[in-house]
Amino acid sequence: MIRRILAACLVFLTLALTAQAQDRTIQDVLQEHAEAIVKSSRTTIGPAIEAVANSGQPSAQTVLQKWQNKDMWQWSENGFFYAATVAGSDVTLTDFDTGETVAIVSKGDVTQLKPNSGIRAMIGAALVQFQLNDPDAERRREALLAIQRDGEASHLAPLRASIENEDNPEIKALKEVTERLLTISFDKDDARRIAAIKGFTSSLSLDARAALNPVLSAKLVYAEDLPETANIKREIKPGSEALSVRDAFALMVSAGAATAQPTISERKSALSEHIVDGKVGGIPVTELISQEARDHAYQALASEGFVAAFDPAFSMEAAVKGVRFAEVYDEPSAAVTDAAQETLHTINRAVGFNQFLDLSLDGLSLASIYFLAAIGLAITFGVMGVINMAHGEFIMMGAYTGYVVQQIIPDYTVSILVAIPMAFALTFAAGVAMERLIIRWLYNRPLETLLATFGVSIALQQIAKNIFGTQARPLTSPGWLDGALVFNDVLAISYIRIAIFVLALVFLGIFLFIMKKTRLGLETRAVTQNPRMAASMGINPDRVNMLTFGLGSGIAGVAGVAIGLYAKVTSEMGTDYIVQSFMTVVVGGVGNIWGTLLGALGIGFLQKGIEWFNPSNTLAAQTYMIIFIIIFIQFRPKGIIALKGRAAGD
Amino acid sequence: MDFLKKYPSLPAFIATLLIFTLAVTFLSEAYGTGAISTSFVKTLGKTLCLALVAISMDLVWGYTGILSLGHFAFFGLGGYMIGMWLMFARTKLIVVESMAAADIPATALEIKDAVGTQIFGVVGSSDFPLVWMFAHSFWAQIALVVLVPGLLALVFGWLAFRSRVTGVYLSILTQAMTLALSLYLFQNDSGLRGNNGLSGLQNLPGLDAVSQDAVSIWFFWASAFALLVTYLIANFVVSGKFGSVIRGIRDDEARVRFLGYSVEGFKLFVFVLTAIIAGIGGALYYPQAGIINPAEIAPIASIYLAVWVAIGGRGRIYGAVIGAGVVSLVSTYFTGGQAPNINLGFYTIKWVDWWQVLLGLSFVLVTLFAPKGIGGLFDLISGRLSPDRKGAPLGPDQGSLREEEAEQ
Repeated sequence: MIRRILAACLVFLTLALTAQAQDRTIQDVLQEHAEAIVKSSRTTIGPAIEAVANSGQPSAQTVLQKWQNKDMWQWSENGFFYAATVAGSDVTLTDFDTGETVAIVSKGDVTQLKPNSGIRAMIGAALVQFQLNDPDAERRREALLAIQRDGEASHLAPLRASIENEDNPEIKALKEVTERLLTISFDKDDARRIAAIKGFTSSLSLDARAALNPVLSAKLVYAEDLPETANIKREIKPGSEALSVRDAFALMVSAGAATAQPTISERKSALSEHIVDGKVGGIPVTELISQEARDHAYQALASEGFVAAFDPAFSMEAAVKGVRFAEVYDEPSAAVTDAAQETLHTINRAVGFNQFLDLSLDGLSLASIYFLAAIGLAITFGVMGVINMAHGEFIMMGAYTGYVVQQIIPDYTVSILVAIPMAFALTFAAGVAMERLIIRWLYNRPLETLLATFGVSIALQQIAKNIFGTQARPLTSPGWLDGALVFNDVLAISYIRIAIFVLALVFLGIFLFIMKKTRLGLETRAVTQNPRMAASMGINPDRVNMLTFGLGSGIAGVAGVAIGLYAKVTSEMGTDYIVQSFMTVVVGGVGNIWGTLLGALGIGFLQKGIEWFNPSNTLAAQTYMIIFIIIFIQFRPKGIIALKGRAAGD
Repeated sequence: MDFLKKYPSLPAFIATLLIFTLAVTFLSEAYGTGAISTSFVKTLGKTLCLALVAISMDLVWGYTGILSLGHFAFFGLGGYMIGMWLMFARTKLIVVESMAAADIPATALEIKDAVGTQIFGVVGSSDFPLVWMFAHSFWAQIALVVLVPGLLALVFGWLAFRSRVTGVYLSILTQAMTLALSLYLFQNDSGLRGNNGLSGLQNLPGLDAVSQDAVSIWFFWASAFALLVTYLIANFVVSGKFGSVIRGIRDDEARVRFLGYSVEGFKLFVFVLTAIIAGIGGALYYPQAGIINPAEIAPIASIYLAVWVAIGGRGRIYGAVIGAGVVSLVSTYFTGGQAPNINLGFYTIKWVDWWQVLLGLSFVLVTLFAPKGIGGLFDLISGRLSPDRKGAPLGPDQGSLREEEAEQ
């Protein structure tokens, strides 16, 4: 109704605007409709609002806003309407046209206009056209977004009218999208709706999906007496996944096509209501321990007319067999639903593709985290062959270092920059100490190394718990790492993940540089391959082992800072990563950093892939991933990249 | 007397176990003076079960050289299997009792549905998952206590040994298996009540009239008996030719293979046997603990198992028993808040907080300086010496004994 009037008024507006604007004030318009305005009834107020909105007066928007906010008062002296501000018992009246204060009167002389919520909504709809044509582009955008969120049929006409005069191309595009969304939801003309629906082909916008899904809403019905005109989505066989036999029968019952049989529990309560002297229908209660006996007793009751009839031979399967059931669209027009279906199909394909990209990004960032956690281990385990079960605790130490530094230095950016070398230094020292005190004595005893370092691991874990408590500590990332890089509604990646990815690459570079280009790397490789020969060449294997182990531990500490930004810092965080880290190194192939990289990528992508099949259950994903790894190791016990020859050690 | 010569530690062990069992019985609340509380009887009974699983760990690690970090998973599986029957049977009794008050007696289906709702209501379900197929039958679940850990060990061991995964790789692989199992059980749709686990296992169905005082002693006896049998089996296994072969595998696997033995077969046999022993230990342990949940199976539990064996002294069966007994009892003492705090003036050492640090460090020290563990003390008494090989290894394999550990 309003829409039609609005449209009519718009036509009228264009014709008569200039003529009217010069010799009329907004007060005249208000006075023309004074009776309706004062009466403030929803049924009669329409023309008044239209008249104000389409008066072409510059103050029309103000009037509507004041009116809507209950700030418009009528002065009883002349019956004019004014904007008013109340201070104590005085009311200051301001003229709409001139903006000047007319008078200050006492409350008794003026009447406040109090439009009810229905009228306020009508005024709000009339205001939309002003917002859509507001000179401030930002306001127009806000109005459009508000319409997208919460559109109404009445918005359609002013929106369409405002598109043509829009000069900002970005907002014009937004207006066109919004117009299509509203058309899909509210237009009465099918051809227009279909055109609007087709406009969203391959669109990724959430709003497009939100607008299309209600068009395609369908419900299951009993289809035997369905009218010819019904827009049937598909026929459904009862007993299929979409419609169970029980539900199908319930549909038949509610359509009046079948009579419901008393259910098992109804029959049972009927039986218990008719117990006479320990007997029901002539059968002793103690014998009612099977369903057959109960049915028998119930039939006896039914034949005496005490309870509703029950047919023991009845089966729901037989009742629903051969009966038509269908899924019927709420939308009557088949052309519209077909177009929507088709468009939704293209949208789903586009969304699926972008979800795949998004999943790949997720997999990549998970792989970066695994790689970060494992790269220290790639040195201590991969290169030196030392099983360090306390590796996870070095990660934890690094994360706690970051936390402590943040307590001292409040600026997050500076504190992270300080924390990284601090964490490296601390865990380097811890690693060197551990190598000198424990691992040195066990170089030929890998199993004992495993157990001894495990002892260190539980001790470190408990010490951390004693110092920092069991509560998770936050390691806050700097502000510039907040938020996410958004490509579209589906594809986004948070900056912190990008940072971790970059950090992983940096570590890879550092590792390669140290191993291939520095003296330490050369000596490490020499000592790993043949310690005695290396010693004969003047290399001190003790010192090299110590430094290498320290380096691996130090990198674990830095990784701890990065992981702490991403996950919570607890004393048990190391245990979350230790098995995965070993897996990464073993799957990749011991002694080769590229193998570790491949292992991390493989495990990261695999885990995300499995999660995609069953998104609600990350535990299951981890379980299946580990099983997959166990099977993988069956076929490539030496990992993806296996060392060959003497370096392999066998 | 060949028998005793063959098993020199046997008389001492049997005597100790017998005296210990009798002493506990006569000091218990049910059959004796009551000097030992029922909860402590349970602790002792549980300790015997841990000694049982430690023996299996010693067989597989100390004798065969496979550092398995998965034996506590087999232990937990055994507990789950018996727990399913206990929980089902007891819930059924309660349900039948509560339904007896109704006007009309319940049908079998109604009882089953009500039991299902009782057990699985906590994970938002009421249907029995497939794994509970045999839960109604005591004997079937007892069979599963043996079969499930045994089959898992068989499949896993066959895969791992066949592809010649050895040493630390095997350790990591077994740890991964344990992690996978515990993560799987943590899910609600695993059918074993997710992280709630199975509870109320201390109440034996149909024995509500018997107090926990008596039940705890019964379980104590059963655990002691099982420990004795396991000890005999373990001694039998490691003493004959079979024992020689598995020790050979521990010290130099390649050489044993070249001598024509099927190394994989021997390893698989030991692995499966010890898994079954662990499963039985779990089936005795968890009714005494009263509750089992997936956290019990976490990889760290299996590492602790290795810790006990190492502290007790690996490569000798009584060492495993001593290690498990000493560590778990001392651990109970310190973590139970009974140990007095030490006031250093500026800081008070609370043992509840610091016990794990002490355990970790003592473990490092034992590994470094006393590879024989506590069992080594008996060598001091009996005057047995270690070989002096001037640092030459006893065997090239990673599980082989160290010079200080071996007997001359």
